Amino acid sequence: MSNNIYLKKGLDLPINGEAAQNTKKVIVPDVVAVKPTDFRGLVPKLLVREGDKVLAGTPVLADKMSQNILFASPVSGTVAEVVRGEKRKLLEVRIKADAQQEYVDYGVKKVSGMSAEQIKEALLQSGLWPALTQRPYGIIANPEVKPKAIFVSAFTTAPLAANPEFALGEELKYIQTAINALGKLTDGGVHLSLNAENCSGTPFHKLENVIQHTFSGKHPAGNVGVQIHHISPIRKGETVWTVSLVMLAAIGKLFDTGKYDVRRKVAVTGPKVNGPAYVAAYPGIAMKDLKDFYNASEDLRFISGDVLTGTNVGADGFLGFFDNQVTILEEGNKYELLGWAKPVRSSQFSASRTYFSWLTPNKKYDMDTNLHGGPRAFVVNDTYSKVLPMDLYPVYLLKACLANDIDKMEKFGIYEVLEEDLALCEYVCPSKIYIQQIITDGIALMLKEMC
Amino acid sequence: MNGLRNFVDKIKPTFEKGGKLGFLHSTFDAFETFLFVPNTVTRRGAHVRDCVDLKRVMIMVVIALVPAMLFGIWNTGYQHSLAFGLGWGFWNIVLYGLVKVLPLYIVSYLVGLGIEFVSAQIQGHEVNEGYLVSGMLIPLIVPVDVPLWMLAIAVAFAVIIGKEVFGGTGMNIWNPALLTRAFLFFSYPSKMSGDTIWTGGMTRYMAEGTAFQCGNGLVDGVSGATPLANPTLANLEPQFMDMVLGTIPGSVGETSVIAILIGAFILIWTGVASWKIMLSSVAGGLAIGYLGYAVGATDLPGYYQLVMGGFLFGTVFMATDPVTSAQTECGKWIYGFLVGALAVTVRLWNPGYPEGMMLAILLMNTFAPLIDHYVIEFSIKRRDKKVKIA
Repeated sequence: MSNNIYLKKGLDLPINGEAAQNTKKVIVPDVVAVKPTDFRGLVPKLLVREGDKVLAGTPVLADKMSQNILFASPVSGTVAEVVRGEKRKLLEVRIKADAQQEYVDYGVKKVSGMSAEQIKEALLQSGLWPALTQRPYGIIANPEVKPKAIFVSAFTTAPLAANPEFALGEELKYIQTAINALGKLTDGGVHLSLNAENCSGTPFHKLENVIQHTFSGKHPAGNVGVQIHHISPIRKGETVWTVSLVMLAAIGKLFDTGKYDVRRKVAVTGPKVNGPAYVAAYPGIAMKDLKDFYNASEDLRFISGDVLTGTNVGADGFLGFFDNQVTILEEGNKYELLGWAKPVRSSQFSASRTYFSWLTPNKKYDMDTNLHGGPRAFVVNDTYSKVLPMDLYPVYLLKACLANDIDKMEKFGIYEVLEEDLALCEYVCPSKIYIQQIITDGIALMLKEMC
Repeated sequence: MNGLRNFVDKIKPTFEKGGKLGFLHSTFDAFETFLFVPNTVTRRGAHVRDCVDLKRVMIMVVIALVPAMLFGIWNTGYQHSLAFGLGWGFWNIVLYGLVKVLPLYIVSYLVGLGIEFVSAQIQGHEVNEGYLVSGMLIPLIVPVDVPLWMLAIAVAFAVIIGKEVFGGTGMNIWNPALLTRAFLFFSYPSKMSGDTIWTGGMTRYMAEGTAFQCGNGLVDGVSGATPLANPTLANLEPQFMDMVLGTIPGSVGETSVIAILIGAFILIWTGVASWKIMLSSVAGGLAIGYLGYAVGATDLPGYYQLVMGGFLFGTVFMATDPVTSAQTECGKWIYGFLVGALAVTVRLWNPGYPEGMMLAILLMNTFAPLIDHYVIEFSIKRRDKKVKIA
């Protein structure tokens, strides 16, 4: 394709444990959790009490700031427990699932005959509105705002991420419905980014009513933020929405079947997974439901999402609302004798050439969670730009965030980035700086000051 | 292996806060992390991390400096033997070189690391690795006869005023090693310039009439001068190959073009130092060198400027310091070019200083943030324009 956008910078992490393309198991949910912490800045309002009966699609939470934004239970069952943390912060609503799933009937609707208002209304009341993420800041989309455009990435480059063709290829019909619906909410159209390598082979190139773009390059070429940066950068005052394919499928099912059906194929991946493969599951399922995949006697980290941006949920945790991947890693809480001084460290990967792993480009590694060093100030200045295919100055942006300097944050592009876009910078950083946390804090400051 | 780990674990509580030697916890931590990659795991953000850390980056620079250091040790002995007509063999030469150069290293590391440890202790953070490189550089850029007490004072000045007051490695404005040299240069000019300081033992011989081994005294015709003392074609053409090999008087590590180029190769290969700065600095040096040649400021063709004095050493090891150089890719080209150009400008047009590399790099260290500022302003404006059109 002539208008392919080729991104030279980036890095594909060579990590072991890619999921084989088969569905090994259908998870029958026991306890699932709805987690307000999946959404940035959300102040939740509890709509149910312990012991209440809910159906799949019954709202259990609302956004305290705009109470028409609802969050629904993915399964039918009984509210078992409301988990609160420090200062009574609401962390989880745990729901004990029934053996038989029943759905709230929202009614089959024909999208072509609906107005933008009706579509918004349908999404809001069913609890699927939070599927739409607003940029800048990566917060739940504001229903009052008409976005400049809506962006969807139809491929993924994240480490070990679920293969969209396998995980969602069969949901093409629903995705199309959702695109038709969301197209009515914006004048800028729905932009769909495909991977140049298989842009004619993937089922997603058949999607209609979209503006197609193709990208090629290593991770983070599949990140929607990077794609927006190259298609139509977000400027001050502008708003765009992003939505993932997983969520599009759920939105499509809402209109086509009338059900809040967020079931998805989840990739269980990582070096510590026995036979990485897919499972059919719900968001909010417990990690314990995956116990066939790991050895519980080991010291493991359970990540909802991928190794760069996912959330550490712990062995007792639950899958996130947006995620269709679980990664299981070994905790790297071991000492390594003279690690940094060894000429060759063959079991470790480094993107830098100070080790020799670049000589074996096809080797995959059993990565663990060791930090491999101690935190330092910014010293080496060109490592970040090698893995960031955006026209930004990451170190300057980060220093502006650290200095709480809003003018400079604006100038250096805080509107265009989320944590995930700079996750690779954090990975390669020899100074072991918590870059994603700095961006999180920077965005929190912007939200506080600007909204 | 496990025995060592057990031993460290056993003595660790003594050094932790509240322990008997708790006030030494940073020092203990420095030695522990030197031996073992710590067992810290990622808390937030990316769950896996690259295995490279600053220790590895710094040790690469140290390795790249080894050829220049080894040659410097040999050349120190060789120059001494030459000046006093001793006709030494290889081992004698190396032995003398070690006797002269090792104390420089001991002083440099003892004073520099000592201050780093104390300041880490006071500020309660981990000891930074930056001084591993600075300490390696300093003995290589001073004349071998520099008195050790002067070196100690200069190192202390550079580490305290040049680095720690700014917050340590990563926060400093000027290259600490060059600051050491600048301190010596301006505080003790008689020990830092002239013809007699560059050959080991000559200073003492001039003052006391004796040296480590002086044989029959200085050989006739030995001046001890570096090529920069009398930079004319007639003087330098015969010794061009010596300048490339490095068998000439000069600061300990700066003389051998070949040894420095091996270091440059390691730095560029591993990606630790910026090839852009190196290349543009060479381009800047050549440009002004040939300009001077064209207008008659010197009768040396431009490429002589590269092999004389500390130009190449500065270009490869000092100008490329990631903390004090320009940070933006475009800024690196400008910064490097100006370093090279200014160094040669000082050489050709400033009668006061025969060598300009140190001053050029320190000056450009000062201006690097300004260069970056304008590069970024320009880039942001250009992007805004592009977005407006689109």
